[in-house]
Amino acid sequence: MADKKEGLKTIWYFAGIVLTLMGALVMLAAIIDLFSSTPQKTVLANLHPGLWWGALMLLTGILYLIKNRGKVVK
Amino acid sequence: MNTITLSFIDWLIILVYFVAVIGIGYYLKKFMGTKEDFFEAGRRNSAWVAGIAFVSANLGALEILGWTGGTMKYGMFVSHFYWIGAIPAMLFLGIYMMPFYYSSKIHSIPGYLLLRFDEKTRILNGISFAIMTILMSGINLYLMALVFYVILGWNLNLSIWISAAVIGVYITFGGLLSAIFTEIIQFFLIWFGLFLVSVLGIVELGGLGNILNTLPQRMSGLWSTAANASSNEMGVTWVGIVLGLGFVLSFGYWTTDFLLVQRAFSAKNLDSARKTPIYASFFKMALPFIVVVGGLVAWKLQDMGQIKLLSHPITGGEWNDTALPVLIARYFPTGLAGLGITALLAGFMAGQAGNVSAFNTVFTYDIYRALFKKDATDEHLIYVGRVITVVGVFLSILTAYAAMRFNTIMDYIQAIFSWVNAPLFATMLLGMFWARCTSAGAFWGLILGMASSFGMFIGINFGWINAAVLTFSNQPSDMGNNMWRAWWAWLICFVATIVISLFTKPKPREELVGLVKGLTAESASIEEPWYKRPAFIAVVALAILIALNVYFW
Repeated sequence: MADKKEGLKTIWYFAGIVLTLMGALVMLAAIIDLFSSTPQKTVLANLHPGLWWGALMLLTGILYLIKNRGKVVK
Repeated sequence: MNTITLSFIDWLIILVYFVAVIGIGYYLKKFMGTKEDFFEAGRRNSAWVAGIAFVSANLGALEILGWTGGTMKYGMFVSHFYWIGAIPAMLFLGIYMMPFYYSSKIHSIPGYLLLRFDEKTRILNGISFAIMTILMSGINLYLMALVFYVILGWNLNLSIWISAAVIGVYITFGGLLSAIFTEIIQFFLIWFGLFLVSVLGIVELGGLGNILNTLPQRMSGLWSTAANASSNEMGVTWVGIVLGLGFVLSFGYWTTDFLLVQRAFSAKNLDSARKTPIYASFFKMALPFIVVVGGLVAWKLQDMGQIKLLSHPITGGEWNDTALPVLIARYFPTGLAGLGITALLAGFMAGQAGNVSAFNTVFTYDIYRALFKKDATDEHLIYVGRVITVVGVFLSILTAYAAMRFNTIMDYIQAIFSWVNAPLFATMLLGMFWARCTSAGAFWGLILGMASSFGMFIGINFGWINAAVLTFSNQPSDMGNNMWRAWWAWLICFVATIVISLFTKPKPREELVGLVKGLTAESASIEEPWYKRPAFIAVVALAILIALNVYFW
């Protein structure tokens, strides 16, 4: 059991995966909307919140992935 | 009428969440070798992981939706539940109580009651806690299905069964560690998925100052309207807030509710366990920037006629709890909408998972092992824990269907907290800080405290007791009633425990080593620099708490 326990990946790594995937999807949706002929009409859509918020999420996710890659909980 | 229509990408985001939580549960299964792995997450977590899980276990979507809606009714007073109604208790837990909890190597709060007092006190608390968690889990499940039915048109039965099945699967796989991992993911999703609502609301309405300045005076202050119960929407004075909420309800919940304290038990050492609630306090203090600001934005927009809340499918009235989803629909385009819904979904599911993981621990250790199989092996206890997880999930589903039939059940559930937790806090306080406190005093004090709280609740609801006598207010809200009832229940338990203890025989002092202050070696973080020690970090948290209260006075 001990050798397996040494291999337990940290939760921050999994958080990184989830944030990266979701951030990428949010950004992708915003980019599609940017080039769409019928852009969405949510309030403050002119600020493109999906674009910069998705980018922030993606960057945070990548940061967590890089920082915790290979780290294990003893 | 559905408010939000999800696109393919939104569904993809929701799918990522479900795959992630089940995948993590499956991944963790192979690390569940001993009962400590399954029920205490192997006691291997850092203070940050345990701290975020600690605050997330309390951060169900029920809480977020409920208090955002509550802000539309009570205004800034809701911040009391996040600040004075949480932070002092969390810091007290970390500084004073955690050494007794953690050092005694107990698996649960009832486990402490066994060591400090006796078996009957432990079983009384174990059973009441198990019932409370299952009821809460079921109510949470039902409200989740109801919210998603109203805002998205999802099928009620399907929502209940799918989310219950997912929770059952990942807790059965990975026990407490699965619940904690999911809570960390939920924490990130809540901040990324919901904080932007507040940011965009503030941008649209021209700044937070602008929103606060246009609120009615009854809703805009924290303490400035607390001198008189008729000056604020909650109908309670500062005495009720400090004694009822800040002291009894808050300390009763944050220091004795095993659902929360279990997260600190998962920490890798005593120092990390002490820091768990202290780190969590910083995140707790920040939450009004999602919940209260969101509620104020919704209030302002409703006042301007810009938004319309959805109707409650049963009562037909305006449903304040839909304020946040209505704001998501207003501000979030495709992608972000999926993220916002996933954040709510994650909040609901983590809330239930927290209840189920606490339930399986208390049932396995404090009911099953105590009453039926004292010599159970690790493998047997893990097996029972897994079986009881599935049973707990089914019981939650049954409670969810019961909640559908009984419209007012939620009011009673809130009241159960003050029946169970408020008197328990008096018992724990005396148990930890007064060596003379006896087992008979604790048991009968707890019975009297719980019975009196229940009696006051029934008495007020059936008109046998005038609420004004207990609350010192002619127009107390339900919340005001809760605060004062909790105070009286605590006081009755506290006094009864002392009186009975003085007439009964205490345990020998040598049996109380490690369980009572003065008989326990205190942990000092001597190897760490002063700025990393729990006491210093707690002082910083306290200073921020005071600054926030003064600023929003």
